[in-house]
Amino acid sequence: MDDKTGDKEGITRRGFLGMASLWAVILSSLTLLAGIFRMSKADVYYEKSRRFKIGRPENFPVGTVKKLDDKRVFIFSDNDGLYAVSSVCTHLGCIVNAVDWGFQCPCHGSKFNRDGRVISGPAPRNLPWFKISRHVDGSLVVDAGREIRTGTKFRV
Amino acid sequence: MNRSGMDKFKENLKNIRASFAASLLRTKRPISGRSRAAVMLNNFFLHIQGVRTNINTLRPSYTFGLGLVSLFLLFFTTISGILLMIYYSPSTGEAYNTVKDITYVVFAGSLMRNVHKWAGEGMIIFVMLHMARVFYTGSYSRPREFNWLVGIMLLILTFVLNLSGYMLPWDQLSYWALVIVSNIIQSSKELTDALGITPYFDIGGMAKEFFLGGTVPGKATLIRVYFLHIMLLPILLFIFLGVHFWRIRKDGGLSRPAGSAEKSVFSWPDLLRAETAVFMLCLAGVLVYSFYVDAPLREMANPLIPENPAKAPWYFLGLQEMVSYSAFMGGIVAPGLAILGLALIPYLDREDGHAGIWFSGRQGKITALQSMFAGAAVLAGLLAFVIRFGWFRNWWPDVPQILIIMVNPAGIWVAFVALWSLRVIKKTGSTRMGAIALFTMFLVGYVMLTYVGTELRGPNWEFYWLKSQWPMH
Repeated sequence: MDDKTGDKEGITRRGFLGMASLWAVILSSLTLLAGIFRMSKADVYYEKSRRFKIGRPENFPVGTVKKLDDKRVFIFSDNDGLYAVSSVCTHLGCIVNAVDWGFQCPCHGSKFNRDGRVISGPAPRNLPWFKISRHVDGSLVVDAGREIRTGTKFRV
Repeated sequence: MNRSGMDKFKENLKNIRASFAASLLRTKRPISGRSRAAVMLNNFFLHIQGVRTNINTLRPSYTFGLGLVSLFLLFFTTISGILLMIYYSPSTGEAYNTVKDITYVVFAGSLMRNVHKWAGEGMIIFVMLHMARVFYTGSYSRPREFNWLVGIMLLILTFVLNLSGYMLPWDQLSYWALVIVSNIIQSSKELTDALGITPYFDIGGMAKEFFLGGTVPGKATLIRVYFLHIMLLPILLFIFLGVHFWRIRKDGGLSRPAGSAEKSVFSWPDLLRAETAVFMLCLAGVLVYSFYVDAPLREMANPLIPENPAKAPWYFLGLQEMVSYSAFMGGIVAPGLAILGLALIPYLDREDGHAGIWFSGRQGKITALQSMFAGAAVLAGLLAFVIRFGWFRNWWPDVPQILIIMVNPAGIWVAFVALWSLRVIKKTGSTRMGAIALFTMFLVGYVMLTYVGTELRGPNWEFYWLKSQWPMH
């Protein structure tokens, strides 16, 4: 049981085994902890799909501004085509309102222009635009999980 | 022989009160010094406290009973909370209705809910006042540094418990506070976005999903918050509380001026009498307040219509005010630095001899007053400037977000507090004075930002002097 390792180079067998078992305890505890944290994330969320149909293009004549409340998205239609802009403020997730010059967030006063670009307020980024595509049955599909570059409009 | 057996029985029956009391207290009536010591030592609930108490501890103007008040408020929230659990159901469909039932249908339900709410929010005020008392009397200095840290943990737990409770009624206030809080949790995304690494390393998004149990607030979230509120956080709170009390004893009781008279009295009855008095005042205060003031309950949560203004609970509105400049800086960095600064105080100020004296004497009083006025003036100026002229995004819409993260009112305020405290250390040559400056400005910042967020912010987070000036809609 003498611990006079100071004058010896390297590490004793006893010391090595002691450190090895200590690290085994630490590593297995951390793994366990990681498993516990992983457990809190389910493999499936029972949430609504982020891809949804919005109906046929004929329902969106040029000049349309439609707020789909439950989908949290605005659908616009102009001469260049259709586009979907998120209605969720990029700051803290409130729902923005459409006003004549663009969008206004009620929570912390972020303002966006008609393209969803930040004009003022704390919002760190522009309102995302979402991918629009056409389903085989002819209706339009918005994928709120896929952002596209601002200004990309869907030509019908 | 029969007769004397009956005699014994009768005698025992007559003495039942005394013999039960003796078995309960494990001692005779506490009238002599010896039995008064014994009653404190031999009782499970009393042995947490010393047999004798220093008279300085009993001076009302030294402690104001603030720690005790926090403890008793915790008792009231615990008891009323257990009672509320009889009816409450943490499902998004039922939660609101059960809270409504508690408020309108259950006997004394409204009173219990009010007690739970106000005692809980009272804890925030009294825990902070207790912290201020401990700080300004220099009670964090050796050997009490670690208990100061435990106290900060208790403060954080008090905040988080209040916040999680706020979300349970699942009304509009709960829902939109939840949205705001979950996005503050996510706000390091602002930084990763600015650096362009979000697609590879989205720590903000991961934290938000961990908290919400999904990508949007819903069923999983409510269960999670409920579990935190009634299980995990209370367990942590009571563990830390146990350590807090144990350390008070181990660190030699409450702090007192060095060299003060070591005069002490028996804890039974003097200390217990004082504690009972505080308990009765607390109980009366909470009951009277809860009788007259009702806890709010709005319409049921509606994910489609945000409240305008959507506000977090009042104790987080200072944070929300800072968040309205930059979510990451105001929501994570600034409060993180504030907590870190508070936690480091006893390790960066190692001066002895200040314990037990309010403000450490005249110089400390002057430092505290100067810091209060300087802090209030600078913060008011800063807020007035931002409210009047806006910030970078209003002047140059295309300014990179990283610049706003680095330079914004919340960051400027934190930097000012740090620099001012360092200047005080340099000028006075005392780290204790620097600590007083830091802590005073922390309190000033908390109070002022909370006031602005609560009273001066209206719809669209715009500035109004009075709520009556808010536009109708």
